[in-house]
Amino acid sequence: MKLLFHFGRYFLMIQKTFKKFTKWTMLKELIFREIDDLIIRSIGIISFLSFFVGGVVAIQTAINIDNPLLPSYLIGFTTRQSIILEFAPTFISVIMAGKVGSFITSSIGTMKVTEQIDALKVMGVNTYNYLIFPKIIALTLFPFLITIAMFLGIFGGYVACVSGGFSSHADFVEGLQLDFIPFHVTYAFIKSFIFALILATVPSYHGYFMEGGALGVGKASTTSFIWTSVSIIIANSLITNILLT
Amino acid sequence: MIKIDGLKKMFNNSIVLNDIDTAFEKGKTNLIIGQSGSGKTVLLKCILGLFEIEKGKIIFDNKILASMSSIERSKLRQDMGMVFQGSALFDSMNVIENVMFPMKMFTDKSNDEINERANIAINRVNLVNSNSKFPSELSGGMKKRVAIARAIVMNPKYLFCDEPNSGLDPKTSILIDNLINEITKEFNITTVINSHDMNSVMEIGEKIIFLEDGIKKWEGTNKDIFNTENESVTKFVYSSELFKKVRKVYLKK
Repeated sequence: MKLLFHFGRYFLMIQKTFKKFTKWTMLKELIFREIDDLIIRSIGIISFLSFFVGGVVAIQTAINIDNPLLPSYLIGFTTRQSIILEFAPTFISVIMAGKVGSFITSSIGTMKVTEQIDALKVMGVNTYNYLIFPKIIALTLFPFLITIAMFLGIFGGYVACVSGGFSSHADFVEGLQLDFIPFHVTYAFIKSFIFALILATVPSYHGYFMEGGALGVGKASTTSFIWTSVSIIIANSLITNILLT
Repeated sequence: MIKIDGLKKMFNNSIVLNDIDTAFEKGKTNLIIGQSGSGKTVLLKCILGLFEIEKGKIIFDNKILASMSSIERSKLRQDMGMVFQGSALFDSMNVIENVMFPMKMFTDKSNDEINERANIAINRVNLVNSNSKFPSELSGGMKKRVAIARAIVMNPKYLFCDEPNSGLDPKTSILIDNLINEITKEFNITTVINSHDMNSVMEIGEKIIFLEDGIKKWEGTNKDIFNTENESVTKFVYSSELFKKVRKVYLKK
């Protein structure tokens, strides 16, 4: 029953987000600020993680291919498939649920605790549109981060593989090109776009409807991370079933 | 003028405000006083339309709040200024941006005009050389001044203040009280202040309503409060020895 209540309130929040728009000149500023906070400031951590996780995926694949009958180009093939299909869109989204999600929940939650949201309401601002809409727009650029993660993940795998002597440059590149299905990239981008909507709205919901003081903000951030991750994993399963089977 | 007629507010089946009848007059500093938990803030938030009420009417210059269309409500909100207990300044904006915010949001004035008007409001609250400072760099009194400047920048008809003196030293409290009182007179605003500061009551309370357990127990002026025999009011207002002595001296005179 409680879950149903939260679902209802969440969808009402989204509906209100697209009503009574904030003045464009103000909205434009807010969108650019959110792009900076949510996208630009995430490039560093995503690049770092993607490069090294890509390397680890390649090394683990190489170590597990101990059968001499299995060609070494499989390392490149497996790295590409793992990174494009799962690591870049899903794993990065779960990491972003921690980084960006907590930021969104705590910033909106703090605004609520310090009555800044009430101040906006008294002025007649649609707080849902003012606070949540710019985040949704900013996170539509999330697939751009996923592109970086894909590229650096595969590059990290290549560096680890070639420099570690697990495979030659030619074999790795052959593996990368083997049985390449362009729809897999489309599938990854569709996934990451839907995850971006989850990343923008679920943490906003937890921040907006948090209760209590400073402790409440901390609790809301934790709950937000859990529910954002759960939503991403459930959405991942549904999208994979719909698009790949 | 703001009129309240038979207002009732409940939270989870418990009555927080019951049968409140009063009127807040234009050009006067109206005070809502009472102990913590007596329903002062809830009453203020009901008047502001932040809480829906169960029963009764809130009337702004002959227009009932509940019957207003969303456009009328939006227009009314632009006639309201609010100073929150914790100032509620936007952390991501500096002083001038905070004050300019309502004008940027709701008017089509040029940036120069907005800037000029914001500076007038900032000067009016006697805040100098602080335009580029962020809320985290300001003292409690300065934050209150910025909040007042933001509240008056749109020339509101109604000014609401939720415990404007909380967390301030006595000297700054008096300065803030006098500032609100001066602005009320200067712009002929209907000002409603939520307070449990007795200095404010004595200094600027032109109309005072006293709440106890969500019920209006007394109504009068700062002069009447010295002569009242209402036990609830005297117990609350003259709870300190100092105020008991002040009252004795006043009544002797």
